[in-house]
Amino acid sequence: MKKLTFLIAILILGTNELLAQVATGDVIIKNGTVLTITDGTLENTDVLVEDGKITRIGTSLRTPNGVTEVDAGGKFVMPGIIDAHSHIAGTSINEGTSQVTAEVQMGDVVDPLDLSIYRALAGGVTSIHLLHGSANVIGGESETLKLRYGVTDPEDMMFEGAPRTIKFALGENPTRGGRSRGIQPQSRMGVEAMLRNSLREAQIYKKTWEDYRADNSRRKVAPAYDRRMETLVDILDGEVLVHCHSYRADEINMLLNVFRDFGIKNLTFQHANEAYKVAPELAEFGAGASVFSDWWAYKLEVYYSTAYNAAILTKNGVTTSINSDSGELIRHLYHEAAKSQKYGDLSDEEALALITLNPAKQLGIDNRVGSIEEGKDADIAIFEGHPLSVYSIPVMTFVDGVKYFDRENDADDQRLYVDPESTVEEVQIFVAEEQHKCMQDADTINLYEFLNN
Amino acid sequence: MKKLLVYIVLITCFPLAVFGQQSTGEIRQESGGKFAITNAKIYTVTNGIIENGTIVINRGIIEAVGSDIEIPSGYGVYDYRGGEVYPGMIDSGTQLGLKEIGSIAESQDFEEYGDITPQMEALSAVNPNSESIPVTRVSGVTTTLTMPDGGLLPGTAATINLFGYTPDQMYAGSKGLVVNFPNSRRSWRQTQEQADRAREKALEDLNAVFDKAELYAEIEDAEDTRYYPEMEALATAIRGDLLMYIEVNAAKDILSALEWVENRGYDNVVFTGVLEGWRVAEKIAEAGIPVITGPVLSTPTRGSDAYDAAYKNPGVMQQAGIKVAIRSGDTENARNLPYNAAFAATYGMGRDEALKAVTINAAEIMGVGDSIGSIEVGKKANLFVADGDPFETKTQILSVFIDGYQVPMTSRQIELYEKFLNRNPGLIKYPVTEN
Repeated sequence: MKKLTFLIAILILGTNELLAQVATGDVIIKNGTVLTITDGTLENTDVLVEDGKITRIGTSLRTPNGVTEVDAGGKFVMPGIIDAHSHIAGTSINEGTSQVTAEVQMGDVVDPLDLSIYRALAGGVTSIHLLHGSANVIGGESETLKLRYGVTDPEDMMFEGAPRTIKFALGENPTRGGRSRGIQPQSRMGVEAMLRNSLREAQIYKKTWEDYRADNSRRKVAPAYDRRMETLVDILDGEVLVHCHSYRADEINMLLNVFRDFGIKNLTFQHANEAYKVAPELAEFGAGASVFSDWWAYKLEVYYSTAYNAAILTKNGVTTSINSDSGELIRHLYHEAAKSQKYGDLSDEEALALITLNPAKQLGIDNRVGSIEEGKDADIAIFEGHPLSVYSIPVMTFVDGVKYFDRENDADDQRLYVDPESTVEEVQIFVAEEQHKCMQDADTINLYEFLNN
Repeated sequence: MKKLLVYIVLITCFPLAVFGQQSTGEIRQESGGKFAITNAKIYTVTNGIIENGTIVINRGIIEAVGSDIEIPSGYGVYDYRGGEVYPGMIDSGTQLGLKEIGSIAESQDFEEYGDITPQMEALSAVNPNSESIPVTRVSGVTTTLTMPDGGLLPGTAATINLFGYTPDQMYAGSKGLVVNFPNSRRSWRQTQEQADRAREKALEDLNAVFDKAELYAEIEDAEDTRYYPEMEALATAIRGDLLMYIEVNAAKDILSALEWVENRGYDNVVFTGVLEGWRVAEKIAEAGIPVITGPVLSTPTRGSDAYDAAYKNPGVMQQAGIKVAIRSGDTENARNLPYNAAFAATYGMGRDEALKAVTINAAEIMGVGDSIGSIEVGKKANLFVADGDPFETKTQILSVFIDGYQVPMTSRQIELYEKFLNRNPGLIKYPVTEN
């Protein structure tokens, strides 16, 4: 009998595991000004959401039985904001032990309990690209997440079906790592050499396996399996999108040349403060740029920046997004987009695309999110006031039709988990410099130095 | 370019614009510094809004303001029909001029060796040619408090106008001693006990040095007996001739600082930072200590706080009766000062009070309220013209005047934009043409 109970229990648990799915919602958002991004601005329009998907957009839609109505009269309805460069919800950022760590994955360090997720939702953000750090030339695979705050299983945070992405890094961060350890690369020349070496090695690895598979001999011996090489081969095969930390125009141009030589096409430059200098080259290649609205001067390679970067790129036809790279900035990406509009006179649509459709394209998820269209996921933010106005307030945020933020019902303490070992009422005073996770990479290396000297 | 369009519209539609608009890169001082700004909506800050008003300026000083002002003959005229004029914004907490590139120590001059270095003068290390200065002033920020940082008593901060070729030309007439009040902040290396001990030790050090300085201040002609620059700087503050900017943030530390100030009987004190001011606003108000707070665009100090606690903080303090100024707490992006104020405005402070927080309140708190911070007769001509509300993100700043000089509406960031927007050559040096 006991055995039977046990078996039943296993069966039930197992089935639950199989059926485990993230929540989806049904809702109708009525009478809002809908900023569709792909189809202009629709006044007094209803958006019907069923089972997490936008099923109808129109005026005076009938509310199906049992579907919650949300009155968006006088409010603005826009697609959920997507941050193409974030490190929130990650328990570690850098695997800094080697200059190439393509074998590691941010998917293994997702923390669904991070309070920053809620704060981002309160700024209208629905998806983030949780990036590996920039300590190494080829870092680990990143993870695209949906901000389903409240789930405790990291798997439930993942943007199911999103393409794989990986982090590369050029310039000061990887060369500083090289210098502190007395290895290559210590210059931008060395960064290029390391990239070419790694990709060439991957080509050889791929060929070795192809030869092995094609070999009909009984006495064939399998080549060594190498997780790192496997990922690099997937990059060569176009299965992994590359997001490359970069700042200077010369290094951006260099990577375009390297990728052209290796036939790699899916490329977005992260930060890319000097992308404006090579905008025609980026446009020709079809590479994207995910940039800050105005951060500069925190290191030498961003000294020759301009807040007009996004405008120059947009006007040159480069798919451009504005990102945060910060648990603070992510809370007001709508304002960051507005600053990019100020610096270079972008249209409202162009400015809003910087934080919705364009990052979706860069992450390969634009078939699912990034605009308000029938058939897309119901990842939606509602604002009081136009989101590009500094006086606007995000009031509701939906992911898959489920409301994860509602300003009306916003209790102060939104923590899901309180570390029993933490100090009661620990006070963290905000320091802008510490927001920069890519600068924390330097700390990782310093720690390495500290441990080894 | 919207800005250019506005210029063209202004020039073509209004022949009154005697001087037209300045070309980029040019510093102008019309008619020997005698000119008027007219036909603009003037936000005086201290005396309401003047629709269709005129400001008359003579050698850097405002001579007349009003709606029915006759422009004296021989004065230049700037016609800004449709524009809005505001007093230059004041960022009461930056390291502008002291810090050029974040990661390069050689380009930074805000921190000196040692824990107690009150005699270090920020003003003398200000680089008038910092690239961040034009970037900041074209956004309408005309004045900043530039502050040293580091140990317990890192030095003396100075108020500077963002135009001039030497620090002396930039000096706006106010200095203050920076006190980094011992705080309960814990680094990742420390246990809470270690952090508490460090705080107690710092408080002991602070008290020891102030006890000594109070004694020094009482000794007449002390400076003739012995050269002791640390004590001289502190004694100046103790005698009330120098403001004390006390940086303090956590509620517990604010209470401790209030007690410290009360016990010592200082009345020339300003609290800076004050990110948890909303928790103890009544107490700060009771003590009558003014506050320079910010950045408003910051994360809440505690995990248990509402997500918008930092946005609301300035409004809560102001409504409790505290005189509040808002700072960016930034250097290269002090241009975001109006947006820090705007978020405070949106989350409870209201636009009028937020505007005061970056103009008159900042000026008064720093002791320069009689010369800057509002558009009034007798004050310095530190002002700017915008095509709308300067807090609203898309608003363009059309013109900036500092000390009566019209500063160039350019910066390296704008120059790079102009150079690279339509890069020549583009992709190909000599594209094949049809002919």
